[in-house]
Amino acid sequence: MTAVPNVSVGSGAAGAAIFPDSDSRRYRYFEPRAKRATHYEDVTVDVQPDPERYLLQNWIIAFPNGKGAYYKDATAAMSSNWHAFRAPDQEWERTHYQRQSKIEGMVQSVIANGRKSGAPKAFDKSWVKILQTHLGAWKHAEFGLGTSLMQAQRYGYTQMINNATLTNSSYKLRLAQDITLYLAEIGMDIPGFDDNAGKHAWLEDKGWQGTREAIEAIMGSGDYLEQYFATNIVFEPLVGELFRSKFLMQVASPNGDFITPSVISAAEADYERNLANAIDLMHLLVTDNQHAADNKKLFQGWVTKHVAFANKAAAGLQPIWSQPHSKPVQYADARAQSVERIKKILGELGLVLPKE
Amino acid sequence: MSGTLTLNKITAQRGISVGEAAKKIADLGWNPSYVQEAMTFPTDYKITKAPKDPMKQVLRSYFPMQEEKDNRVYGALDAALRGDMFRNVEPRWVEWMKLFLAIIPFPEISAARSMAMVGRLAPGEDLRTGFTMQMVDEFRHSTIQMNLKKWYMENYIDPAGFDITEEAFGKCYATTIGRQFGEGFLTGDAITAANIYLTVVAETAFTNTLFVAMPSEAARNGDYALPTVFLSVQSDESRHIGNGHSLLMSMLKEPENHLLLERDLRYAFWQNHAIVDAAIGTFIEYGTTNRDKNKESYAEMWHRWIFEDYYRTYMLPLEKYGIKIHHDDVQLAWKRLTDKKYVHKVGQFFAVGWSANFWRIEAQTEKDFEWFEHKYPGWYAEFGNFWKWYEKLSHRGQTNILFNGDVGYVYPHRCWSCLVPCLIREDIVTDEIDGKLHTFAHELDRWTAVNAFAGEYQGRPTPAMGRFSGRREWESVYHNVDMADAIKDLGFVRTDGKTLVAQPHLRFDAKEMWTLDDVRGHILKSPLETLRAMSPADREAHLAEYRKGFTINPCN
Repeated sequence: MTAVPNVSVGSGAAGAAIFPDSDSRRYRYFEPRAKRATHYEDVTVDVQPDPERYLLQNWIIAFPNGKGAYYKDATAAMSSNWHAFRAPDQEWERTHYQRQSKIEGMVQSVIANGRKSGAPKAFDKSWVKILQTHLGAWKHAEFGLGTSLMQAQRYGYTQMINNATLTNSSYKLRLAQDITLYLAEIGMDIPGFDDNAGKHAWLEDKGWQGTREAIEAIMGSGDYLEQYFATNIVFEPLVGELFRSKFLMQVASPNGDFITPSVISAAEADYERNLANAIDLMHLLVTDNQHAADNKKLFQGWVTKHVAFANKAAAGLQPIWSQPHSKPVQYADARAQSVERIKKILGELGLVLPKE
Repeated sequence: MSGTLTLNKITAQRGISVGEAAKKIADLGWNPSYVQEAMTFPTDYKITKAPKDPMKQVLRSYFPMQEEKDNRVYGALDAALRGDMFRNVEPRWVEWMKLFLAIIPFPEISAARSMAMVGRLAPGEDLRTGFTMQMVDEFRHSTIQMNLKKWYMENYIDPAGFDITEEAFGKCYATTIGRQFGEGFLTGDAITAANIYLTVVAETAFTNTLFVAMPSEAARNGDYALPTVFLSVQSDESRHIGNGHSLLMSMLKEPENHLLLERDLRYAFWQNHAIVDAAIGTFIEYGTTNRDKNKESYAEMWHRWIFEDYYRTYMLPLEKYGIKIHHDDVQLAWKRLTDKKYVHKVGQFFAVGWSANFWRIEAQTEKDFEWFEHKYPGWYAEFGNFWKWYEKLSHRGQTNILFNGDVGYVYPHRCWSCLVPCLIREDIVTDEIDGKLHTFAHELDRWTAVNAFAGEYQGRPTPAMGRFSGRREWESVYHNVDMADAIKDLGFVRTDGKTLVAQPHLRFDAKEMWTLDDVRGHILKSPLETLRAMSPADREAHLAEYRKGFTINPCN
């Protein structure tokens, strides 16, 4: 049925009458970053309120220690304006599902088409061992980061920080599952493929224990920002990209594997976005007009702590570079590139890479 | 050619089953041995048995499914505009969406945050994907609802109120009720909040009235956008209900959890009833112009969704696990909705306070009266005169109904627990917390604040349980402040600096719109501060009088 409007102007549509604020068609409670608010800002900013914006009655439920739902000292970092951060990737639900869905479609197509053409059977034998053992172990690292970030997204002081952390977690957990299912599927085509070798390597192999320790150190932090920082500013350039971009992506095809680089490639694009978000947030904090020096000192401490874990992790993985039949990349070159990469990242924040 | 030859037979390849996929994914976790995960989410519950995931969820199928759901939602919004939906929409309805959509994105995103808590506390990794999906779902719900609100703001005749939405949420005397709901999902004992209050009760029971019953009413008022968005939201809820139930089953295995489960089911059911029924009941019954006597009233829907579906098929079976279910509470809630006319008293309260709102409330008319009387016998005798007064006093130059002594309405005390006022006057109770007097809408609200939200429950230490905090009685913030100054401080003024965002009518005409000058000269009082200032004897006399209720004077 069609409703009959009970309204003096006979329409509920914009412009049907002119009166004060009949043209007020923008959210007017926050300052957009640019002249006009982006869609991301409109659906994100201030959805998580706080006593500064705009809880008139303060938090109305508290933890037993008297703290409300969100509190600034959930991290040791300080800010004169936690609300300033806007995620450069501008992610909200629609863009997130579009991106994740496209990746899943791409990954599944690549795997299905590769399997149809019998590609896994053509993988070099030593490469198959690398996939089942080392890619199999790596999926647990991605999972650890995903669960750690899932925990971290509970604690940020603003919606913008927490949503950027949440999507980061979602990307990591998707990748962990993508790798898991990829290995299970090609495993059906490769006689003798051991799908449990990865978990075993992750828990037992000496070479992987540094990586596991680095991941557990991130998971074990009680400071949500340290978890986000250590993941994107330290672990990813020194270990994540090292293994994904500078080993899997480059070594797979010379060993007959054109599928793995496609499955992993999405993660590299994920990281570019997550790095952009993380750097922007950290940059705000190291240039804060009140707390820059304290934050820099804090972050330098986090760098020292997590770089030590990451260096140990990278060193543990070194032997993997010599295991493939075809070796187009040397570990030393890959490592040098990842050191350059983190130096650049840290340089943006005025931080320095500790000497080994 | 063989009759049985199909393309599928040529192209098919062996894949892994969903069960196998879910099993492999659940094996991604491990017990850390180098550094233990920080225990940052306190709970008094003990969970040793890993919850199972009967839905065998994997992200590979989740993201494409959600994208498809989104495509349908956004396509429908475009179609609604092309079909000129707003020309035929009922403004009475859309105005209440200014309140509803100011509230709901915060509880949604709070639910996303709370998935961190259950994800961390649940042993094993079987349900991790379920919690992950719910986390992303809630992110979806929060931002899709913000998008819907923006869409109303851009296309509806009066965008004022939508344009200040999140600021208004933090300040309004009505949204404070919604904040209690949202903060309840993520503060205090992590399991109480994220599992029992959020998932086992709010999502399993009350999202049916929130996300199913309300969209139906929206459609009856020419609003096809709300059903599109919210039925899509509701389609995610079945997975959430599964997550909650699975974790609940794990907790039931530990007999020492039973006392806490009894406490939390009781608190969560009662407070969900008090809050959700107050808000959604009002939107459905008072935001509609459709008075079809064949449609279900809110009370009738409640009986179907909450009483028959939830109470009988979800809560009652928990008894066989040794959990005491408080049957009387469910009956009591039902009586409040029917005999005690809870929703109607809430609608009346919101209307009395219209000038401190950020949306328009239109008077109910004769056509509405007839329907109310049909569905809720006795309604006209109790509320008919009030709405006649409301209409009469909706014109500028009249004295604001909140301060108009001719009407006979007595402004209510605020419940310290659910934050809905003590509207069923005879049920008001008082008690002290840390030596301070508080008012409660019902004995169960008093029990919630005094006994449940405490460091000990029936002799058992409950160090993780939350506490009620802040300036919970909204009225105390503006005690002894002029109404006009309070509205200005709230920011509920249009950009001309004088016209109120709220209006007691739907007349879209500048001449008819109330300004700060029209409400100036009346002083707000906090009922609680006033009560505390009384001598014990005066206090008792006041409460005795309060319990007698009030009578609205005839309106001629």
